[in-house]
Amino acid sequence: MAHARPNPLFRNLMAKLAAIPMILTAMVVFVGGTAWTVTYSFTNSKLLPREKFVGLQQYERLWETERWMVSIENLMIYGICSMVLSLLIGFVLAALMDQKIRFENTFRTIILYPFALSFIVTGLVWQWILNPEFGIQGIVRGMGWVGFTFDPLYNAQIVIFGILIAGLWQGTGLVMVLMLAGLRGIDQEIWKAARVDGIPMWKTYLFIVIPMMRPVFITTLVIIASGIVKLYDLVVAQTSGGPGIASEVPAKYVYDYMFSGQNLGQGFAASTMMLLAVLIVVIPWAYLEFGGKKRV
Amino acid sequence: MHITDPSISIRNLKLSFGAVEVLKDLDLDVAQGEFVVLLGSSGCGKSTLLNCIAGLLDVSDGQIFIGGRNVTWEEPSRRGIGMVFQSYALYPQMTVEANLSFGLKNAGLPRDEIARKVAEAARILQIEPLLKRKPAALSGGQRQRVAIGRALVRDVDVFLFDEPLSNLDAKLRAGLRVEIKQLHQTLSNTMIYVTHDQVEAMTLADRIAIMKGGQVLQFDTPHEIYARPSCLYVAEFIGSPSMNFIDGAVAEGIFAAPVGDIALEGYDFAGPPGTGPARLGIRPEHIASGPEAEAMPVRLETVVELVEPLGSDTLVRVGVQGQSLWVRMDGQAVVQPGQALQVGFAPARAHLFDKATEARL
Amino acid sequence: MSEPASLSATAAGADAVAPALSGPRGPRPRKRLSRANIIVYGTLIVVSLYYLLPLYVMVVTSLKGMPEIRLGNIFAPPMEITFEPWVKAWSEACTGLNCDGLSRGFWNSVRITVPSVVLSIAIASVNGYALANWRFKGADVFFTILIFGAFIPYQVMLYPIVILLREMGLYGTLGGLVIVHSIFGMPILTLLFRNYFTSLPEELFKAARVDGAGFWGIYFRIMLPMSLPIFVVAMILQVTGIWNDFLFGVVYTKPDIYPMTVQLNNIVNSVQGVKEYNVNMAATLLTGLVPLVIYFVSGKLFVRGIAAGAVKG
Repeated sequence: MAHARPNPLFRNLMAKLAAIPMILTAMVVFVGGTAWTVTYSFTNSKLLPREKFVGLQQYERLWETERWMVSIENLMIYGICSMVLSLLIGFVLAALMDQKIRFENTFRTIILYPFALSFIVTGLVWQWILNPEFGIQGIVRGMGWVGFTFDPLYNAQIVIFGILIAGLWQGTGLVMVLMLAGLRGIDQEIWKAARVDGIPMWKTYLFIVIPMMRPVFITTLVIIASGIVKLYDLVVAQTSGGPGIASEVPAKYVYDYMFSGQNLGQGFAASTMMLLAVLIVVIPWAYLEFGGKKRV
Repeated sequence: MHITDPSISIRNLKLSFGAVEVLKDLDLDVAQGEFVVLLGSSGCGKSTLLNCIAGLLDVSDGQIFIGGRNVTWEEPSRRGIGMVFQSYALYPQMTVEANLSFGLKNAGLPRDEIARKVAEAARILQIEPLLKRKPAALSGGQRQRVAIGRALVRDVDVFLFDEPLSNLDAKLRAGLRVEIKQLHQTLSNTMIYVTHDQVEAMTLADRIAIMKGGQVLQFDTPHEIYARPSCLYVAEFIGSPSMNFIDGAVAEGIFAAPVGDIALEGYDFAGPPGTGPARLGIRPEHIASGPEAEAMPVRLETVVELVEPLGSDTLVRVGVQGQSLWVRMDGQAVVQPGQALQVGFAPARAHLFDKATEARL
Repeated sequence: MSEPASLSATAAGADAVAPALSGPRGPRPRKRLSRANIIVYGTLIVVSLYYLLPLYVMVVTSLKGMPEIRLGNIFAPPMEITFEPWVKAWSEACTGLNCDGLSRGFWNSVRITVPSVVLSIAIASVNGYALANWRFKGADVFFTILIFGAFIPYQVMLYPIVILLREMGLYGTLGGLVIVHSIFGMPILTLLFRNYFTSLPEELFKAARVDGAGFWGIYFRIMLPMSLPIFVVAMILQVTGIWNDFLFGVVYTKPDIYPMTVQLNNIVNSVQGVKEYNVNMAATLLTGLVPLVIYFVSGKLFVRGIAAGAVKG
């Protein structure tokens, strides 16, 4: 009977060995990398990281830079519009698709296919369609309406909306699919009950179905939001930040300062601000979703 | 009951998940070749206990012996057990034959020996024609036979069954129940069988362990458990419909209740008859009605409240002094709600429990 | 209501049985072109046209010659179909000093995507399996960190990874980029596999353990054969994701191994030379072709992939 209790470290040893890549990724890259960047955002690193701490100097400079302010403003406009519009369009499309229509698969395939394309491809196509000379503006002018102006990519005031059009084209399909999954997840007896009670369809959607889909809405919102913060490729492809600096975004600011501006400290400070923005969105969500519960 | 050479013995077993104690200091001895049923409602810890015996859950404290060997930290495959699961747990991508031989292959047995054992198990369970099929092509009953076969080929002393019949329909269940009993008689190895179905427990078991809250409340033969439940919970749990209870107090061989004083003549007290608040239990099938009630030592004048004809029997709820009692009557009995009915029972067949400790008096 | 009163006596006699015969009976008549239907289908068709428009524009532009494009309308179908832009985009378009077309980027992307997909799925599926079935102490902590990691902007981790790769001597190499893709694919894929393996009956795992199979035995003999669909879903997710990547390609590789997306952007947005819109659109279409083919072929699995990856993420 006297055999020693096995060392707990070796219980499920194989599982632990197999999880080493995951543990390294989580601890070294995600935790370690983030901590490293945040730490070095307080240094005056230029071409190479160095440990000369200068307090909040990088942040002060960041918030005094016009390009950063423009980036933030653009991200806010793009973010709010993109969230509201993609939720709205996505939900309406999903509700239409949920009317037991024929050719549902065809419609879904068409609306979702842009999501399979990269932001680079998306940006370049829309750059072409919005080309003032040959694109929509050119065609309308060609039809005789000479004064017609629609050149979002060349107008600093509205360039961000030109990017928004492309972003929505690429992303609403996903929102629609998520919403449709949410609608399908609703107990069909709710609809039967509403029909027996004589509640009109729009009222059922507004007062019964949408409140029931709250978790789906929240999850979708978090997905859209975390995608918005990463907005980069689309801008690079469609406008390269132009005209001037009118369509700059934070992610591009970070990249440019880190890899071509030789000003790492600025890049670190800017990326830390991005992290902060994400935390403001994610932490309350995670708290609401998983707070108190152990399961992730 | 003391067992000299136990097949399985469990000593001070504890298991907790975080702060939740699932098994509390549990002891159990199972004799060689015994058929033991772990019975309880869901969440009582019966499946957890079985998983601990199988080695599929790590215990927090205590010891498990199988065949005299301490297997507390042993791998499941080295404990000398075979296990049958509720969902059959057949490997869907393998044929029946491959399912049966998977464990033997892992144990590194020679090919011809595997073939011999698989053929033997298939013969016993009469599943030879199914060997080349995939589980998806089998009926529920056939699947469960294959699952039993998988335990059978392992040539082990102990079989563990985790609610093996719960996924089957009622008719198949009764058939397979008989087969399992027959199998036990043929093989005569130790079997531990988890179920929440008291009919399965009563019919199959040599002994039943009734569990609640991670503890064994009573571990006894089916007859004893039915006739002398050791506590209020067991009394309530066993029997369908369940036992009637009357609240009152016991003093000097008299049970005083709102329905009247009941003299406990012929009642076999578990210890010295005490005094104090108590509950008296009587099973519906032990309450006589009509002319038969005349012969009973205790008689009550009641009014019929509700009638539930079941065909073979008729269940009748009667009321007396604000107390409701269920009475099992013959299926042919003609009773109407509102009708007066005399019922009676013998205190010898009643059960008395202490109101506070819930233990049998 | 007053109708029966005006009926003659004989008619009234016949009318006695009428309530059973007249009135609604049988299937309810359905209007094919109800107002609701027109709105539903009308909206969906208009929306579909809007979504298809860019694809159409890409195709027609890429099939036109430059003179025709200069004439104007980007929506007009080509008067004269030419495949020259496609040939040029594939084998002649210039990025910097190289003028061997997008084919270089295409093959780079293939060489990046194949090992990245294999490695990331191998790691993530084992992770998911270990998390679902072998819950060891602390596993949930690492998993939670991993999932939170999915929300950290890549920009925060870009430079630390540069340093790590440089230390390993992998910065600017294909191997380095493969590792980066495996790292950033890990949260979503691990979640996908964990949820899938958790949904498999736990009793199968228990039965296999009673049968004496170990960690890898159960993974390869029991779990893998049951999980082909989820592997296909993961593959679709990863192939499109990695093929479409731009940021990691541009940060962690050098120009001669740039993936297709980076090369495409360099071709189209290069400031030198005359803009050849037809070549640009052919190049764009070529780059989008791989994920588009995967999308149209895989159909519902793609939807399942993004829904599984997204809804639970």
